[in-house]
Amino acid sequence: MLSQDAFRKIDREIAKYPAEQKQSAVMAALAIAQMEQGWLSTETLEEVACYLGMPPVAVYEVASFYNMYDLAPVGKYKITVCTNLPCALSGGVHAADYLKQKLGVGFNETTADGKFTLKEGECMGACGDAPVLLVNNVRMCSFMQPARIDALLGECE
Amino acid sequence: MGALGFILNAEEGERSWRLAEYVKRGGYGALKKIIAENIPADQIVGELKKSSLRGRGGAGFPTGLKWSFMPRQFPGAKYVVCNSDEGEPGTFKDRDILRWNPHMVIEGMIIAGYAMGCARGYNYIHGEIWEIYKRFEEALEEARAAKLLGNNILGSDFSFELQAHHGYGAYICGEETALLESIEGKKGQPRFKPPFPASFGLYGKPTTINNTETFASVPYIINEGGDRFLELGKPNNGGTKLFSVSGHVNRPGNFEVPMGTPFKDLIEMAGGVRGGRKLKAVIPGGSSAPVLPAEIIMECTLDYDSIAKAGSMLGSGAVIVMDETTCMVNALLRLDYFYYEESCGQCTPCREGTGWLWRVVKRIEHGEGRPEDLDLLNSITDNIMGRTICALGDAASMPVKSFIKHFRPEFEYHIEHKRCLVPPDVQRAGSGFFKVA
Amino acid sequence: MLEIEIDGRKTEVADGSTVMDAAHQLGIFIPHFCYHKKLSIAANCRMCLVQVEKAPKPLPACATPVTNGMKVMTHSELAVHAQKGVMEFLLINHPLDCPICDQGGECQLQDLAVGYGQSAARYEEEKRVVVNKNLGPLIATDMTRCIHCTRCVRFTQEIAGLMELGQAFRGEHAEIMPFIEKTVDSELSGNVIDLCPVGALTSKPFRFAARTWELSRRKSVSPHDGLGANLIVQVKHDRVLRVLPLENEDVNECWLSDKDRFSYEALNSDARLTRPMLKQCGEWREVDWQTALEFIGSDLKRVVREHGVASVGALASPHATLEELHLLQKFVRGAGSENVDCRLRQTDFSLDGKGVTPWLGMPVAEIPTLDRVLVVGSFLRKDHPLLAQRLRQAAKKSTRVSLLHVADDDQLINLHAKSIVAPSALAAELAGIVKAVAEAKGAAVDAALAGVQPSAAAKAIAESLVSGEKGAIFLGNFAQQHAQAATLHALAQKLAELTGARFGYLGEAANSVGGYVAHAVPNASGLNAVRMLAESCRAYFVLHAEPELDCANPQQALAALKAADLVVALTPFKTRAVDYAHVILPIAPFTETSGTFINTEGRVQSFNAVVKPLGETRPAWKVLRVLGNLLGLPGFEQESSEAVRAEVLGGKPASVAERLNNQADGVALNLAAPAPALQRIADVPIHFADPLARRAPSLQKTRDAAPPAARMNAATLAKLGLAAGAQVKVSLGGTAILAAQLDAGVPDGCVRVAAGHELTSGLGPMQGELTVERA
Repeated sequence: MLSQDAFRKIDREIAKYPAEQKQSAVMAALAIAQMEQGWLSTETLEEVACYLGMPPVAVYEVASFYNMYDLAPVGKYKITVCTNLPCALSGGVHAADYLKQKLGVGFNETTADGKFTLKEGECMGACGDAPVLLVNNVRMCSFMQPARIDALLGECE
Repeated sequence: MGALGFILNAEEGERSWRLAEYVKRGGYGALKKIIAENIPADQIVGELKKSSLRGRGGAGFPTGLKWSFMPRQFPGAKYVVCNSDEGEPGTFKDRDILRWNPHMVIEGMIIAGYAMGCARGYNYIHGEIWEIYKRFEEALEEARAAKLLGNNILGSDFSFELQAHHGYGAYICGEETALLESIEGKKGQPRFKPPFPASFGLYGKPTTINNTETFASVPYIINEGGDRFLELGKPNNGGTKLFSVSGHVNRPGNFEVPMGTPFKDLIEMAGGVRGGRKLKAVIPGGSSAPVLPAEIIMECTLDYDSIAKAGSMLGSGAVIVMDETTCMVNALLRLDYFYYEESCGQCTPCREGTGWLWRVVKRIEHGEGRPEDLDLLNSITDNIMGRTICALGDAASMPVKSFIKHFRPEFEYHIEHKRCLVPPDVQRAGSGFFKVA
Repeated sequence: MLEIEIDGRKTEVADGSTVMDAAHQLGIFIPHFCYHKKLSIAANCRMCLVQVEKAPKPLPACATPVTNGMKVMTHSELAVHAQKGVMEFLLINHPLDCPICDQGGECQLQDLAVGYGQSAARYEEEKRVVVNKNLGPLIATDMTRCIHCTRCVRFTQEIAGLMELGQAFRGEHAEIMPFIEKTVDSELSGNVIDLCPVGALTSKPFRFAARTWELSRRKSVSPHDGLGANLIVQVKHDRVLRVLPLENEDVNECWLSDKDRFSYEALNSDARLTRPMLKQCGEWREVDWQTALEFIGSDLKRVVREHGVASVGALASPHATLEELHLLQKFVRGAGSENVDCRLRQTDFSLDGKGVTPWLGMPVAEIPTLDRVLVVGSFLRKDHPLLAQRLRQAAKKSTRVSLLHVADDDQLINLHAKSIVAPSALAAELAGIVKAVAEAKGAAVDAALAGVQPSAAAKAIAESLVSGEKGAIFLGNFAQQHAQAATLHALAQKLAELTGARFGYLGEAANSVGGYVAHAVPNASGLNAVRMLAESCRAYFVLHAEPELDCANPQQALAALKAADLVVALTPFKTRAVDYAHVILPIAPFTETSGTFINTEGRVQSFNAVVKPLGETRPAWKVLRVLGNLLGLPGFEQESSEAVRAEVLGGKPASVAERLNNQADGVALNLAAPAPALQRIADVPIHFADPLARRAPSLQKTRDAAPPAARMNAATLAKLGLAAGAQVKVSLGGTAILAAQLDAGVPDGCVRVAAGHELTSGLGPMQGELTVERA
């Protein structure tokens, strides 16, 4: 069950659109739900569908189309590394390799303690800052050379 | 960071995105002028036409002309939409514009609403730049509090509401009709055109969609006049333009330079090729633009026409620089994987073709290529290009075609010797990523 | 009009037409997969790419609007190259498992691959494999074969009215699927099987039953709801193996309801009766026809001798054919009785004798042209799936559809206004609408309406009707079964008169109109269905019906039949007739006899047998003819069912139109209905509405076939101190043990308990006061 706070936030999103276009808030609603619940379970998807008056499969289409939504549980820290060409030219792939080695997991895997999930990302629109990675979808980390990766992992408790 | 210009127009340390700072820099002057002088909509569109401002999102469509397509007398809702879903590999200018100058975009959008008779606008912001999205929401609050947005703006009878909508990880939403679908709360699958957004856009209503940088250029044009803007660049290519330089340069970043600036000047601004190495190739307009070998690009100037003449596109102004440590097969493989992953899956040639391209290039990269593969790749791209609903099919094809065209011997070497012409450790060194002990 | 030239041939098309429309008009075939004339344009398969003069790229014919003077080439090098390129892409990830695919032989991909495919594959990478989905008991999936045309998705959204399928994920990972772990539950779901251009969605009941080219295709007519959907019945070795729609734009378009499509399974089921049965000395035994018929002849004479001919009655199902109904009434009347009826769930017969032959009041095909519609007393979607579909499409355009009913089921129609009231308040609410309309029009109303205060909902409905130009008022099954049916009729008629709207009935069964035309209804001196059972005849003939499930008062029906001296059941199935009948005669279902149904719009639709009768089964018209002869009655010499039909219709099917009439004069309004503390709302669930559907195994596994519950709203549950899920004893005439279920759509003080089902057949009338207590 989503909290009252989550519904209040969703209401604010709904208000951005014309009254008969509640569905427009679905992306924001799913993001809000995921931030609160950690991932999007079947129940959460149904709850969002019901709240916005959408068929559940329409919500599922959205949740499975945009790759920042997690349809399975992830670790406390989800680290998404961009390995696209501009980043790769500046070490994006090597940064990912470094993280794999440090965490002992591959892409789409979670560390045994449930703390970290590693994901491969596509362009985040910050190619000048390569290597770039995103923590829990909200915090973008730039110029992630090994020392900065070490520091980031150290910060994550 | 970048050079000085009117968009990224303050010294780095002094930059502030806040409303008060923007106003100090003369911000919202254009809007105030329009309201105070009751400038007619036609005149605004006329200034835009004079300025030769061309859409900064990649296609380079004349903005004034686009605005004039909006039905003036249409009863009911019409929308202005800003495309800040910047996800074309190599492009990162909109992020900096919104980071340092969100109010300039807001002002540009308000003016667009005024000029096209729209009461509502949305700015669709790339999901991965969440902090920027949050900042933009704050900027909107500031503007609302200052009566620059909402009902009866600055005491006039013009009302305009603007909202931010975030993406959540889908490159295709940078395509304008996919973006509209996404705002409507659906998958971002592009629409077949016609009808075009100017007649059937958001919620089926007339809609104009422009890129962030395009809207950011509008206040200057109103303040200084279309002619002055045009003079900043060169004929048919008005204004300054932001170039995002990434890859093998010493100082990657955004540079706002006049249209027509020689390419080699841009490389210099970016600190030159990394480590002083030799330039090998450049993708001048984002990953979807055809790659150009060093000897061709170094002779180009930075404007739509010059790059087009050289066989590529200025696109979004995303310059991906590759030096001699780059394996072109590996580079293409990365791009092919991207298009394979980001195809929306709607239409057949792109859904099936991007995966096929990726798998064949992967085989070549992994030493399992066959001599006939290069012709096969070209043939697959022929069957994708021009056959799809949106431009992603073409975008996925152009790198393949151009990489093979300009670097065929390197691909052939790969197939024949089952390994890279550029050894992996050289590639690694070129990336500048060093593991500390 | 726009001029266009395709492949050198010129034509003119209406503004807004696409190149595909123009090609259709010229009879030029353009290959396609995602395009379907009844669905929105997706333009995603790209198979219909054609060359358009001056266009640099090939364009999809389905989505390209015609411009004046346009020149199109569908077979130019550019076009064919594009089409072949698309075909190659479609095939690279397709399993090419045609030899084991049910779609083989009728597969668009297979057909087009012959014309546009290459002989050798250039794709040597690993093929995609997609996990199958469980869509329920009707649709089998082989999702690896899917080409992502999204016809099925668009069908659920646009035609069925609820998006139950979607395309999840993206790019090459895209998959057509329902929501996680959900099935497709629409009553129209089977149409996605027809729509699927490949073998991704196929019929589950038909799976691996035959290769499609082994089947012969025979035309028929659906025996279920009042629409009379046109069918292609597919047969192998004298067995019906599959049913498909026969396209008829005026009736079912290209659709079928799942009941139309899958009920055939009952025809081949163990539930079929194959030999005449006779009960002698309390024991049932199989006998030959002669023995059975002779027994009937002699026993009927005995009953008539002892109790008089007025003690003979006949109850017929409105799903029986026109020929069967005609000979039944002729037999009964020939014997000297007037007691015959096919309106088994009707309770108010006060319109009898007023010349009414209830019908739709207009052609089905004109529904889309209406601008206002009011439906009164109807479980619309489940009672009339395809008529509801027509209204759904109309409501998407400019038609304002309103509903006055007793249950707030989601009709998946964009309703303009609705009023949901208790059954006892239905007539008063309709009176409110009449009054509000009369007030708006400044017209006088019946004195009986003086005290009526229109509700807000009634006013909203009235307002919509008044503002329209071409409206229609339709009475549904519930209204027809209602204790105040005549009052509802009179009010609806008045409403139509005041607003200039059409007035009609949504016919309950395939032959509801045919029953009137065949005169299988009593004259003034005869007993109607209710009286026949209430006043206990001594001999009953029961044709195609299961009175314990099909009558307005099952409990009373069963008691009357059990008490009778002679009950002759004519049925294709082993029914509960063994509990009350003395003779059971195996008669042909619609696939084993020729016959005629007259649908709700008065359309006369005759059909032939598609297979031989099973075992000793005989067409009922032949059985009734022999019985007539056996009793020495005149007029039973017909050589064929066509001769019987000619006798009813006078050789002129068009003459039916003259008999249709919804106008009744001088009906006394009865608005004062008793409002008991707790009243029953009885729906007849879609797959329990007739004997065939009840015995179709796959339909019985659908969600629509869920066992009845005692459904009530939260307030009623609370008032009764019940929790949802509790076992309760429902009493009304008899009793039934059911689960209490929360249903917010049930009005206060009402309990919805379905009829037509074994579980509730112990109950008395479909309407009236009931009690509910914890079991």
